[in-house]
Amino acid sequence: MAKSASKLLFESSDWNFDKISRAYDAIEEIAVEDLHLDTYPNQLEIISSEQMLDAYSSIGMPLMYQHWSFGKRFVFEEHLYRKGHRGLAYELVINSNPCITYLMEENTMAIQALVTAHAAFGHNHFFKNNYLFRQWTDAGAILSYMDFAKKYVARCEERYGLPAVEAILDSAHALMEQGVFRYRRPPRLSSEKERERARERLEYEEQTYSDLWRTLPKSGGEGGADAADEASERRRKLNLPEENLLYFLEKTSIVLEPWQRELLRIVRVVAQYFYPQRQTKVMNEGCATFVHYTIMNKLFDQGRISEGAMLEILQSHSNVVFQPAFDDPRYPGLNPYALGFALMQDIQRICTEPTAEDRDWFPDIAGNGDWRDTLLDAWANHRDESFILQYLSPALMRKFRLFLLADKASNSYLEVASIHNERGYENVRAALARSYDVSANQPNIQVVDVDLLGDRHLRLQHNVKNGILLDESTRDATLRHVRHLWGYDVSLIGVDAKTGATLYECSTAATDG
Amino acid sequence: MPNFIDRRLNPKDKSLGNRRRFLKRAKEELKQVIKERVKSGRIADLDAQHSVPMPDQDTSEPSFQHSRGTGQREHVLPGNREFSPGDRIPKPGSGGSANEGGAGTGGSDDDFQFVLSREEVLDLFFEDLELPDMVKLSLKEAVTFKPRRAGFATTGSPTNINVGRTMRNSYGRRIALRRPKTAEMEALTHEIAALEAAPNQDAVRDRLEALRQELDALERRRRRIAYVDPVDIRFNRFEPQPLPNANAVMFCLMDVSSSMGEREKDLAKRFFVLLHLFLKRRYERIDIVFIRHTHEAGEVDEETFFYSTQSGGTVVSTALEEMRRIIQARYPSQEWNIYAAQASDGDNIAGDSERCASLLHGELMQLCQYYAYVEIIDERETEIFGATDNGTSLWRAYRTVEDKWPNFQMTRIARPSDIYPVFRKLFARQPTMQMSR
Repeated sequence: MAKSASKLLFESSDWNFDKISRAYDAIEEIAVEDLHLDTYPNQLEIISSEQMLDAYSSIGMPLMYQHWSFGKRFVFEEHLYRKGHRGLAYELVINSNPCITYLMEENTMAIQALVTAHAAFGHNHFFKNNYLFRQWTDAGAILSYMDFAKKYVARCEERYGLPAVEAILDSAHALMEQGVFRYRRPPRLSSEKERERARERLEYEEQTYSDLWRTLPKSGGEGGADAADEASERRRKLNLPEENLLYFLEKTSIVLEPWQRELLRIVRVVAQYFYPQRQTKVMNEGCATFVHYTIMNKLFDQGRISEGAMLEILQSHSNVVFQPAFDDPRYPGLNPYALGFALMQDIQRICTEPTAEDRDWFPDIAGNGDWRDTLLDAWANHRDESFILQYLSPALMRKFRLFLLADKASNSYLEVASIHNERGYENVRAALARSYDVSANQPNIQVVDVDLLGDRHLRLQHNVKNGILLDESTRDATLRHVRHLWGYDVSLIGVDAKTGATLYECSTAATDG
Repeated sequence: MPNFIDRRLNPKDKSLGNRRRFLKRAKEELKQVIKERVKSGRIADLDAQHSVPMPDQDTSEPSFQHSRGTGQREHVLPGNREFSPGDRIPKPGSGGSANEGGAGTGGSDDDFQFVLSREEVLDLFFEDLELPDMVKLSLKEAVTFKPRRAGFATTGSPTNINVGRTMRNSYGRRIALRRPKTAEMEALTHEIAALEAAPNQDAVRDRLEALRQELDALERRRRRIAYVDPVDIRFNRFEPQPLPNANAVMFCLMDVSSSMGEREKDLAKRFFVLLHLFLKRRYERIDIVFIRHTHEAGEVDEETFFYSTQSGGTVVSTALEEMRRIIQARYPSQEWNIYAAQASDGDNIAGDSERCASLLHGELMQLCQYYAYVEIIDERETEIFGATDNGTSLWRAYRTVEDKWPNFQMTRIARPSDIYPVFRKLFARQPTMQMSR
């Protein structure tokens, strides 16, 4: 008894810092030596349920500026929680350096260990290594930036009044989804470098200036071509078309005060910070779930977790990865935990025990035996869309019994387009991957033209894909927010992405009457 | 070894600021809800938490959203059992089984309720009535009636003696008056004893004599200067906090003849609610008596009072007589603080108004702490009447009462914001009353 007890990390279900620390060390050993995870240093914070609700409502950030919409969210979450509709998460993890993990005080020791493995190693590794997070977020700076943002907003409220700040934030929040760079890196040029460049260009023009050119007669004289030239020149100067509306408004709007631009920037930075998380939901949860499952099993095999605790862990684990079928009343959509975990396990299976089918589909990894490196590589270099497209195997599609429905608005029925069979695998996989492509599933709205020296009418274009239009009431309300930030009239034109035909047009000038 | 931080003891209510901003944002809508509650609920119910539906008008968060009913989409679903390609499934009702990214806080839940605290409810209630801030504060304040330590006193009961303070005073006085110390006296006694034992010489005898005289003087001085003198004694002083003098009864009198419509009753109800809030703050126990009248009066329950109509003429004095009867029967004025609030549209049968006035003059005003009368008029009539003395016979009769009795208040109201002035005096008197008790 004494011998077995000495091997166990913990026995009773009550936790204390000592036990968590011991469990943490054991978990870290496996995570680093067996799974080769590479993580930010960890900071574990114990919080109460009320603080968890607080964290929920401020979109998971430990620091957040104040805004009524967070109050609304809090009231909403609190209601769900109190009514028992929704349990609180056991943990919350923040992509920062050091990586902050919130543990709920109500958790039992077994759950604390599970959560530590899940968040402090699984998510943490993913944050540190996935290319999207590396490119788009700065884990070391986010907390101090949020601290700055919170204080800045508070100072603005003091100085310019609550209503003025609220008005700007309302409008900025409305455009949050259009406030991220999807297709390129944010411009990194500092203003100094930019001035330098402008000076160089000017110098070059002066050096190559030749008075002779002036004496040449102007070519043609058609005003139309000239105007078109002028328009394209002016678009070029403004870097149009521009997908990031908040960025464009922040840099170009004439009516905004400097502090208002800074507020837009804060909202934009927050949106951009969360953008990678939205693109990697399945992978991130899959990675973390796979990590905790592997580590906990290993600890159990080593005899360091008792059977009772392991049962509790497994029960919690299977709740998390539960996937009801589509016709189940509990069906909430595809569970990212379930799908992600299944994908990771499937890769492990393909690497170690491939079938003939797997060798067909995944010639490069099937049977390579090294599932650890294969997974590490996948976690580092994919997002949900590319990951599913790359790794979803026919076996898994059969296991989930996935099928594809085509939904045409004009039809009164849904048509089953493909199912999990030989002919359908490719289609189902591609469609599932597409459904995780965040940028493709959000309205694609861009700034296409504005004449700053003329009427300053801001022209937006919605590239309509598959004929999916915008909801009109929210569209008009959001356009009014754009107008508020822009200061002049704004119009939105819906253009079919394939045919180029104009599908609809609307303008604040018209809606305002 | 990770870095642990225990945040459980951090200040709570981190999002209180956000909540306040949110409520401010939704104020108009919540105000409407509270107004409805006042209309439909009981008078005493307002002063509590209320759960209210999620407001959705001023708190929408629009963004560009794909509209549900357009275009072509694809859904990938798990759990296929019987479908093969080409099967057609009728679309499920509205919405659709597979709406991606549907999770959110768009406030789609219609029956979603959240709880407003008592303070927040009162804030919203007061908003309409345009109460001055001072009054709002004093109404919301929860008064505790406990004896409170307040410095020291020279008189008091022995149980309240403050020993430390008393001994300090005594010590100071003993030093100031040079009361001989015990050690000093003992030294002398010893010296005397030593000398007495010594051989009998003149020098010694003189010295002994001197010492004895000195000891004697010290002894006398010691006896005159008390160790603890009555002037040293200090008592803990307790501030007698005003305790509510037991009970109050609130009479609600209302004309329920058919001329009192929905709007009139709503205004009257708010008038009663406000008086009730005021009384509740000052008295531990409040009874509310509802007396309605047409050409005859009767005591009824709250439900009947506000919601059932009765046909008949209007004889106001019947209500006053009923009130007097109830006071005599159940609420002796030496035990009860009697407050009365009367709402009417001013109609009265000819000749009865004088009788009302004389009833009030005769006995009722002596029994009542406070009597408020509101005449609910049409908004258009405000212009005609203004502040003039013209008006219904009841109004004119009550003017004479108002002139004579300072605790009688009357006004005409057409809007919720007119209600407060009736009570102004009541609230203004409040702080001074508290002080003087």
